[in-house]
Amino acid sequence: MNKEVKISCKNIWKLYGETPEKFLKNTNNNPTTEEIKQNNYIPAVRDASIDVNTGEILVIMGLSGSGKSTLLRCMSKLIEPTHGQVFFEGNDLLKASEKELIDIRRHKMGMVFQHFALLPHRTVLQNVAFPLEVQGQEIQKREERAKDVIKLVGLEGREKYYPRELSGGQQQRVGLARSLAVEPDVWFLDEPFSALDPLIRKEMQNEFLRLQSMLKKTIVFITHDFDEAIRLADRIAIMYEGLIVQVGTPEELITKPATDYVAEFTKDIPRSKLLNAESIMNEKDKKPYENTVNYSDKIEKIASKVLKSESIFSVVDDNKEVIGSVSKKELIKALFAEDKNE
Amino acid sequence: MNKIKTILRGKFFFIFGPFIFLWLLRYIIPNYTISSKTPHWAYIPPKSCLGGCGSIDGLVPFVDWTNALIQFLRKYEIFGLFTFRDFTRGIANYVDKFLDFTEAVLHKGFPSYDVGPLPWIFILTLTIILGFYLRGWRLALLGGTCFSYLILFSKRGIWELSMKSLAAISVSAPLAALIGLCLGILAVKRKRFANFLWPMLNILQSLPHFSYLILVVIFVGIGTKAGVIATVIFAFPPMARLTILGLQNISQEIKEAGIMAGCTKWQMLFKVEIPAARSPIMLGVNQVIMQCLAMIVIAAFIGQPGLGHDLLIRLQGLRLGEAFEIGVAVVLIAITLDRYSQALALKEPERREGNFLKRHPYLCTSIFSIIICTFLVFIFPFFNEYPKEYTISASVYLDNGIKSFTRSLFVPLGIFRDWMLIYFLMPLKSIFQSMPWTGVILFVGAIGWKLGKIRLALTVMLFVFFIASSGYWVRAMITVYMVFASLVICALIGIPLGIWASKKESRTKIVLNICDIFQTFPSFIYLLPAIMLFQISDVSAIFAIVIYSSIPMVRYTVFGLRNVPQQIIEASITSGCTERQLLWKVKMPLAFPEIILGANQTLMFALFMVMIAGFIGTVDLSQEIFRALSFSDGGKGLIIGLCVAFIGLTADRLLVEWSSQMKSKLGFKV
Ligand SMILES: Nc1ncnc2c1ncn2[C@@H]1O[C@H](COP(=O)(O)OP(=O)(O)OP(=O)(O)O)[C@@H](O)[C@H]1O
Ligand SMILES: [Mg+2]
Repeated sequence: MNKEVKISCKNIWKLYGETPEKFLKNTNNNPTTEEIKQNNYIPAVRDASIDVNTGEILVIMGLSGSGKSTLLRCMSKLIEPTHGQVFFEGNDLLKASEKELIDIRRHKMGMVFQHFALLPHRTVLQNVAFPLEVQGQEIQKREERAKDVIKLVGLEGREKYYPRELSGGQQQRVGLARSLAVEPDVWFLDEPFSALDPLIRKEMQNEFLRLQSMLKKTIVFITHDFDEAIRLADRIAIMYEGLIVQVGTPEELITKPATDYVAEFTKDIPRSKLLNAESIMNEKDKKPYENTVNYSDKIEKIASKVLKSESIFSVVDDNKEVIGSVSKKELIKALFAEDKNE
Repeated sequence: MNKIKTILRGKFFFIFGPFIFLWLLRYIIPNYTISSKTPHWAYIPPKSCLGGCGSIDGLVPFVDWTNALIQFLRKYEIFGLFTFRDFTRGIANYVDKFLDFTEAVLHKGFPSYDVGPLPWIFILTLTIILGFYLRGWRLALLGGTCFSYLILFSKRGIWELSMKSLAAISVSAPLAALIGLCLGILAVKRKRFANFLWPMLNILQSLPHFSYLILVVIFVGIGTKAGVIATVIFAFPPMARLTILGLQNISQEIKEAGIMAGCTKWQMLFKVEIPAARSPIMLGVNQVIMQCLAMIVIAAFIGQPGLGHDLLIRLQGLRLGEAFEIGVAVVLIAITLDRYSQALALKEPERREGNFLKRHPYLCTSIFSIIICTFLVFIFPFFNEYPKEYTISASVYLDNGIKSFTRSLFVPLGIFRDWMLIYFLMPLKSIFQSMPWTGVILFVGAIGWKLGKIRLALTVMLFVFFIASSGYWVRAMITVYMVFASLVICALIGIPLGIWASKKESRTKIVLNICDIFQTFPSFIYLLPAIMLFQISDVSAIFAIVIYSSIPMVRYTVFGLRNVPQQIIEASITSGCTERQLLWKVKMPLAFPEIILGANQTLMFALFMVMIAGFIGTVDLSQEIFRALSFSDGGKGLIIGLCVAFIGLTADRLLVEWSSQMKSKLGFKV
């Protein structure tokens, strides 16, 4: 697959402390954890390299303080990395002038914040039209556009409301609308739903998927909720103490964790929702059995069928060719994976 | 619990250690009495002749130096074109232009166009509508009452006086707010400027008013415009402070949202930052207005006409009834302006939909009532100028009332006053007067050292050294004595009151409201009851100081007690504490740091009030400042002002540090 790279981060470092640039230089841009600790620096992001492909949803995950927000802010240059390069559509973002940056942000980037970050003195309409306003668009044109986006996120009729008159979910819809008003290519979302109740969060995730299916943006999405990541992600990057420990599809993370940390992290995920028949099948057994399942069926879907019957099921691909088999044994092993370690 | 006890015990020990040392010093140094002509150098700093023995007799002739600097600024021509004084006077003339306008609108009229001043009916109606718009009928009622009072009781010209004062305020308040806003923004955007501005604000705010006044007289002159400039200098620091705080406290996310929308720097400032910080900024405006009001009496000292001027004359002539009437006017204006500007600060934009009339109801009502009022004014002269024969005055009755009241209380009050003087104030005064300056320097140094900060210790020692070497040590110690005596009484009144108030939600509310109202009174007002009750003496000065500066003591005690975490209280109740144990073993120790901060504020208030009380003849630094004012001795005024400021700053540094250390030991966030 030859995907187009939208944003490319190369060896990003972000240290907090007294003179981080000097310190990095002295350690050849590669200080060890020990050295960082001894010199009283806080490593927010360490040597992170990652590409974001056009049109994909990349989810960055990790515990609180693992550097997710910092990495995201380096991508939009809200924060200047201590070291490293960021390419946006092939151009070095860190070398861009103030004016070029403003231009990129005005037309190509949109961002949604954890605590909504709405301007309290503006109505919903004015908030959504704000990015257009700073570009200098005429009032009629920008309010028309803002009304369209407000409709898109389902807040029609609330245009004249002030943020404090809206619920959390509604406020975040305004946040989504604002970030979409300029039709950005890249959409950054920093834990957009984690300040919301679980029920509303689900609803907003669906909303998000609906929007994405229409808009097809390039998305970098931060969360620390694995369920959310699995629902939304094309690829997931897991961060641990500033390092990106693994990048891959959700299945890859579960079936081939790069480190113990990732394995531990993914341990509690409901596998049935994520793994498909192919990833758990017995590849050696290619006998054609009477019952078959498709290779892409999620375990969730086939579990009761397999568990109820005593027989073995063939796994077939799209051309109905048998590529393996599943039985109760494989299923149980996959569903209760943690037992493997013991 | 034990932890708290050990902390307290440790602190008490080191507080008393230096005191004991101080007293021992008394026996080490021989032949000392206060009255001896040449006291030992360790007690009172020697005089020196460094500056050629001018009028000043300090160890270091700061006053002469300052006067030389002032002289230089007066005479020296920048680029050979104009002097610094020409420059300041030029600015003052600009201010005068604005003043001409507001004065014309409010009380002089525009004679050249044959237009009179704004008729009272306009002011009254618009105030009421504004009250409705800002918060509702209560506020409108307050505004209406205030202006009705001014109109009704105008027998001795209260209305005109008020308009004069308001004309001055409506120039000085916007000017101060604007200056404060700009400086605040600059400080937030330029770190280096902030490093310079912050200590300047500290000193500016702790300098007593009267030291500015002299400089203003020298560089600007006297009259309304001088008053306005003095007011601006005094009123802008809180605005700058609140602007800085407001801008710094904007959530990072909102700023990032602005940047991501592609704002330029100016768009950021005007479309994101200032609107997002509008509440603190508007509270700054509120502060500015209150400071301006506090200044209307003080500016009268340099010839600003208005309510303050007349209040002052009446006070001096002991015409208490009339003074009282004017005092009520000042208080009403103060409360009204305070509540209005507070409401403005807290006002959230409201959603209104529909046609123009529905969207802008208040605007429409205003326009409508302006039209009606205009008709009324043209048809009935009554509405143009309120006729004198309908005005009233209660001053005669008030005078009689006050006289019979004080006469009936003359004996008990006299006994109380004498008792206070003989058994409390005199002994305390002699203790403070006999304190050796060397000992005091060591004392504050020891506290600073014990608090663990070498820099702190050196700073406060330097402050005290400045006071000692300026030649006003004895006077300064009298000021310290007055402040200390007031502090003790304030604590005795304020802490129990605070404890009582914190017991129930309803009481807390009432007490805090009363505190709010008292705090809006301009300081000179407090002299009224003091003179009424105790004539002119140390006791009346201390009485005025105490009522004014008990407010923060009560406030902080209540705040500290109510902020004790609920879980801790519940844990103590379940472990079987009685009400009394809960208070003394749990709540008080936890609220102690807050109470210390209250004491600190009380001290600042008291120091401020001591200077005002100099007006009724105390013999401390304030008297010297008044003297300097009447001789236009700028250097002296400024140096004494700095002495007062340094007394305040010394206490402030130590107490705040102590409190914050205690807080962090108790595990509160500082
Ligand atoms: N301005 C700063 N100064 C010092 N340290 C900082 C600063 N900003 C972030 N850090 C540190 O960098 C680390 C990474 O922070 P970051 O906000 O990126 O974490 P995060 O993964 O987004 O966490 P969360 O899930 O809580 O948002 C943290 O340890 C944080 O303390
Ligand atoms: Mg974060």
